Amino acid sequence: MKLTEIINPQNVVYKKPRLMNDRPMHYCPGCSHGVIHKLIAEVVDEMGLEEKTIGIAPVGCAVFAYNYLDIDWQEAAHGRAPALATAVKRLNPDKMVFTYQGDGDLAAIGTAETIHACNRGENIVIVFVNNAIYGMTGGQMAPTTLLGMATATCPYGRNAELNGYPLKISELLALLDGTCLVTRQAVHTAAAIRKAQKTLRKAFENSMAGKGTSVVEFVSTCASGWKMTPEQANRWMSENMFRKYPLGELKDI
Amino acid sequence: MKEEIKLMKGNEAVAHAAIRYGADGYFGYPITPQSEIMETLMEEKPWETSGMVVIQAESEVAAINMVYGGAACGKRVMTSSSSPGISLKQEGISYMAGAELPALIVNVMRGGPGLGTIQPSQADYFQTVKGGGHGDYRLITLAPNSVQEMADHVALGFDLAFKYNNPAMILSDGVIGQMMEKVILPEQKPRKTEAEIRREQPWATLGKTKDRRPNIITSLELDPAAMERNNIRFQEKYKKIEENEALYEALSCEDAEYLIVAFGSMARISQKVTEMAREEGMKVGLFRPITLWPFPKKQLKEYGKKVKGILTVELNAGQMVEDVRLAVECAVPVHYFGRLGGIVPTPDEVFGELKKLCK
Amino acid sequence: MKHEIIIAGFGGQGVLSMGKILAYSGLMENKEVTWFPSYGPEQRGGTANVTVILSDDKISSPVLNSYDIAIILNQPSLDKFESRIKPGGTLIYDGYGISSPPLRQDIGIFETDAMNTAVGEGNSKAFNMIVLGGMLKLCPMVTLESVMKGLKKSLPERNHKFLPMNEKAILRGMEIIRAVG
Repeated sequence: MKLTEIINPQNVVYKKPRLMNDRPMHYCPGCSHGVIHKLIAEVVDEMGLEEKTIGIAPVGCAVFAYNYLDIDWQEAAHGRAPALATAVKRLNPDKMVFTYQGDGDLAAIGTAETIHACNRGENIVIVFVNNAIYGMTGGQMAPTTLLGMATATCPYGRNAELNGYPLKISELLALLDGTCLVTRQAVHTAAAIRKAQKTLRKAFENSMAGKGTSVVEFVSTCASGWKMTPEQANRWMSENMFRKYPLGELKDI
Repeated sequence: MKEEIKLMKGNEAVAHAAIRYGADGYFGYPITPQSEIMETLMEEKPWETSGMVVIQAESEVAAINMVYGGAACGKRVMTSSSSPGISLKQEGISYMAGAELPALIVNVMRGGPGLGTIQPSQADYFQTVKGGGHGDYRLITLAPNSVQEMADHVALGFDLAFKYNNPAMILSDGVIGQMMEKVILPEQKPRKTEAEIRREQPWATLGKTKDRRPNIITSLELDPAAMERNNIRFQEKYKKIEENEALYEALSCEDAEYLIVAFGSMARISQKVTEMAREEGMKVGLFRPITLWPFPKKQLKEYGKKVKGILTVELNAGQMVEDVRLAVECAVPVHYFGRLGGIVPTPDEVFGELKKLCK
Repeated sequence: MKHEIIIAGFGGQGVLSMGKILAYSGLMENKEVTWFPSYGPEQRGGTANVTVILSDDKISSPVLNSYDIAIILNQPSLDKFESRIKPGGTLIYDGYGISSPPLRQDIGIFETDAMNTAVGEGNSKAFNMIVLGGMLKLCPMVTLESVMKGLKKSLPERNHKFLPMNEKAILRGMEIIRAVG
C-alpha cells in the first residue's frame, strides 16, 4: 500500500480542528493549554458557532490564545475578562461568548469580576485553567498553589500562616444561584480529554440556551513552572493536585 | 420620542440624551454626585424601548471593562462616575486608548484628593487632559457649562469617539450635574443594527464571518518596533484631532482688555463677572474652552495678543492655567484664581480678584 | 425681568421641591430658569438650600452673591442669608423656626405662619405650598395657573389627586402672609 492511499479522507481517525490555524504555539512542551484550545475549537466548529463566537483572552500564558483559534477575540486587562464577556453577551444575546482565564487572572486579581458575573448568571462560559502557578511571569505563587509547593515567591513552599490557603474557587462559584454548571476536568489522558470535550460542549449549549453561567475548570500542568518533565508533571498533578481539586461535577442543573 | 423641552438636572440630561442618541449600553457604579445618571436610566427602562442595555456593575473597574467589551463589539457604550471612581477606571481607559476603542466616559467631578468631598471641583483637569492612565495617549475631553450641553455633549462625545476610534470624556462637576435647567432633548435616534456596525466598524468583534480574517481587539504588542509604529499612529491621530476638533466660546472678547479663561461651571460664574465688569465700564471678555483636549491653543493665542492680562478661574489649585500660559507663549501675564476642596466662589469673589489684576 | 431667589431651611421641609415647583412654573411661562441645590448630607448648621433664578434672558451664573428674595425656614438659614439679600429685596420667613427675628431695615420683611397653619388644618404636607403662596402674593412672578401647570409636571401622575389640595394651600398662603414692623 502506498502512502498516498493511506492519506485518504475516509481513513482519517484524527485531525487538527478546522478552526485552529498553523501558527506555532508559544506554549511549553507538556503544557495543557494546547489541548484545551483544541477542545474549544472542536466544540465551536461542531456546534456551527464559528460566526457567532467571541472569545475573551486573559492576561497570563493564554494572553495569545487569539493567535491560535480563528474566531473573533478580545484581549482583556488582567482579571477583567468576565466584565468584558458580560457586556458582549448582554449587547449581543445571540452570540456565543466565553472567557479563557488562568488561576491568577480568575481567582486573584479578577475574583470580584468572576464572582459577580457568575452571580448575575451571565449566559457565558468561563474556561478556567488551574495550574497552581503564574506561568507567564516566571512561576510565582498563585491563589491555587498547594500548601508546601515551592514557587518563585514562596521558595520554601507555600505556608498557610504566611500565604493563606489554596483557594477552591470553583466550589465557591457552585454556591452561587447564577451558575448552572460548575465542573472540574483534566486533559492528562485520552479518556479525560474525551470527557472534558463533552462537558465543554454542554457548557456551550447551556450558554446558547440561556441557562446561566457555566464554569469549566481544567486542573492543568505547568511543567516549566513546576520544573518537571511533562511526564513528571502529569504524574505530580494526578498525585497532588487532584487531591485538593478533585475532578467531577460540582454542580449541574 | 420627538424633540422635547424639559426641566432637569445635568445628570438626568446625560441619561436621557444617551437613550435618545441610540446608545447601546451603559455600565456604572453609584457615586455622589452623579448617581442620578444610572438612577434615571433604570427608571426609564430603555431596554424595553430603544433596546439599550443598562447594568449596575460590581465596581468602577468592572464597569469600565464592560465598556471595553461593548466598545470592542463596535457598540455605542458609556459609563459615568465621579473623581474617586474615575481614578479606578484609568486602567480601562488606557487599554481602550491602546486598543483604539471608541467610548464615552462621564466624570462629574468632586473635591479630592482621596475620598475628599462630594462638593464640586475641577481638580481632575490634569488627570483627564495630561494622562490619567499609563502610556502616551490622549482623551478627547468636553467641558459642558449647562444642562443643555450635558445633553449635547453625549452626542458630540460619541460622534468624536467614533470618528477617531478613541475614548472621549465629558468632564463636568457637581454644579452642572446637580443643577436643573431647561433642556431641549433631541428626537430619538435608532440604535445601529448589527449590519450597520459590521459595515461602519469593520474591526468590531461580532463573530468572524467567512469573508474576513478574525478580528482581534488588543492593546498588546510585544515587538517594540511594532509597538513604536502603533504609538506613532496614535500620535498622528492625536495631531489630527488637535488640528480639527478644538472648540471654544468667546464672549465679549473682541474689544476686551482683560480676559477671563474658565471652563464648565466656572465659566458660568465668570460670565456673570464679565457682566458685572462691563457694567462698571471695564473691558473684560470670557474665553471658554469647550474642548479641554484638544485645548483651543491657536484661538486663545490670537485673543491673548490683544489683551493686557488674563485671569484663569478654576476649582483647583491652578491646572488649566498651565495650558493657558503655553497657549499665549508668554505674550501676556496669566494669573490664576481658584477655590479648593469643594468650595465654589461667588461672582463677587472672582470680581474682586479681577479688579486686583486690572489695577 | 429677573428674579434671584434663595430658599433655605432644614432638610425635609420641602425646600428643594418648593424651588422645583417654582422653576417648573417659570418654564411654563417660557422663562429661562436655573435651580441649583446644596446637595448631599449638609454639614454646616443642618441647612438645605436651593438657588432659583427666573429670567427673561439667558442666565449666566447659577451661583449668586445676593438675592432679590430669601425664603427662610429656620434660624441657621436666617443667620446665613439675611446679610445676602439685596437692599430693597424681600425676606419671607416662617415664624415657627425663628428665635431671633431679622433686623435689617433696608429690605421688606414678611412673616408667614405656614407651619402652624398647615398643622392646625391637618395638612402638614402642604407646608411648603403655603409658604410659596405667600411669596407669590408679594412677588407675582408667575401666575397661579402656571404654578398649577408646573406642579402637574413635577408630580408623578399617581399624585395628581393632590393638586386641588396644593392649590388650596397656595391660596391660603396668600391670605396669611403679613408684613413685619
